[in-house]
Amino acid sequence: MQPLTSRSKTVERKPMTMWEKMYVPAIAKGMSITFGHMFKKKPTVNYPEKTRPFSPVFRGLHVLNRDEEGRERCTACGLCAVACPAEAITMDAAERLPGEENLYREEKYAAKYEINMLRCIFCGLCEEACPKDAIYLSETFAPSNYGRSKFIYGKEELLIPNPKTQPEEFAKAKGNK
Amino acid sequence: MADAPKLFKVTIDNISIEVEPGTSILQAARMIGGDVTPPAMCYYSKLKGSGGKCRTCLVEVAAGSTADPRPMPKLVASCRTNVMDGMIVKNITSEKVIDARNGVVEFLLINHPLDCPICDQAGECHLQDLSYEHGKEGTRYEFPKRVFEKHDIGPYIQLHMTRCILCYRCVFLADQLTDKREHGVLDRGDHSEIATYIHQALDHEFIGNVIDVCPVGALTDKTFRFKNRVWFLKPEDAHRECSNPNCCGKAVLWYRGDEVYRVTARKDQWGEVEGWICNECRFEKKKTSDWVIEGPTKVNRHSVISQGHYVGVQKPPEVLYEVLDGRKPKLLMNIHDVSEVNEPGIDLSSIQGPAHSTDFDKG
Repeated sequence: MQPLTSRSKTVERKPMTMWEKMYVPAIAKGMSITFGHMFKKKPTVNYPEKTRPFSPVFRGLHVLNRDEEGRERCTACGLCAVACPAEAITMDAAERLPGEENLYREEKYAAKYEINMLRCIFCGLCEEACPKDAIYLSETFAPSNYGRSKFIYGKEELLIPNPKTQPEEFAKAKGNK
Repeated sequence: MADAPKLFKVTIDNISIEVEPGTSILQAARMIGGDVTPPAMCYYSKLKGSGGKCRTCLVEVAAGSTADPRPMPKLVASCRTNVMDGMIVKNITSEKVIDARNGVVEFLLINHPLDCPICDQAGECHLQDLSYEHGKEGTRYEFPKRVFEKHDIGPYIQLHMTRCILCYRCVFLADQLTDKREHGVLDRGDHSEIATYIHQALDHEFIGNVIDVCPVGALTDKTFRFKNRVWFLKPEDAHRECSNPNCCGKAVLWYRGDEVYRVTARKDQWGEVEGWICNECRFEKKKTSDWVIEGPTKVNRHSVISQGHYVGVQKPPEVLYEVLDGRKPKLLMNIHDVSEVNEPGIDLSSIQGPAHSTDFDKG
């Protein structure tokens, strides 16, 4: 019969020798491997004090972007919501009133914008669909919580700090990039 | 002599059809249907005299007729050229036509703002479809685009002249459907604009139809402005007994949940209105109780409007109560307790005109 694999081994059923029956050498061999790991580099990090670097394509929590003047970029075009396979994104659009030009970039804006993080699968299709560079997936994990109600992210949670009025927060959120 | 009129045989993209004399090439192509039909931005079969302006329906005539089989020297506008017996027309089989159409689209987009993310017409815009098929990724135009102020034409219609491609459809409609036309095209060339001269309100019971005939987002429904994107709405065919004898009373209601966000006339497969509806039906009857619902509108499955509309879905019966011995399932969270979108207290459909920040603050 042809063997299924070239790496098959026949099981030896010879009786153990006196040296093998003592077990002590085998235990010593095993323990030497165990203690040897103490002097090797640790593969784990002390999260959350230390974090691993993210891959540049990492898709974490969403942010809603502002332009250089601090105006919201989102125009509530609905392309992220239509692209979303989990139907996690909902929004209500409104028209910009005179005097709100410093708040919103276009004449239409998202008065309400919500992402249901319980539904979101972090696929990044919203980011791809956005024609206005308004939504990005950041390098942040979705935080945990005890209640479901904390996972409905509105504009307060999503919008990045305003670079004009909150420069310190903006610099902190921006990090080293 | 036989009394039956002689039918002209015309071949469009190697498909032959016999049509009555006096039919335009575009009409003959529409009888064949499918891909051989040239796109049309200005021609409207229900409006007399329309067509010949946008040049998107250009076709190549490879043989003029049986009697004179010479080809026509230039590409012709198919909406304005009548068929001859034995005519051979090339539309998508001709490279010249495709090239010319790409050029026409580039010209149409020169002054078009391409603000589709803001525009209410996005999703049902003919220029959007056309540029998706024929447009280039970039533009070669280096100069500032022409920009106009937004106008309110009457209480219901918003004119966004910047988006206009000057197809004249709305002018023809006002001319033919209403007894006194109050708007037209002012100025010439690059400066031409649809206007009412001294910002008069267009006041006629059928003027709302200009919204439906506009191929782009230049004339939009102000009562629907920025309320929602068309592809999130569910269209339903409906009719009502309208007191106006000229109103056909057949419309499409665009639903979001139980709210009617807007009412439009029914459109056929070429995007043309099947029957005109009056302003009362369009702007003032936004309650389900005003209408007799016929059923969901058939939407082409290639249209973005068909997203999320699952056709022929059999909803499985609710078995949860049976399984739980008649007890109600425990809801872990009511989304309205947390979410601020689609709040039950704010009916966007009842707000006249677009919502503003003030509408949401009080909610």
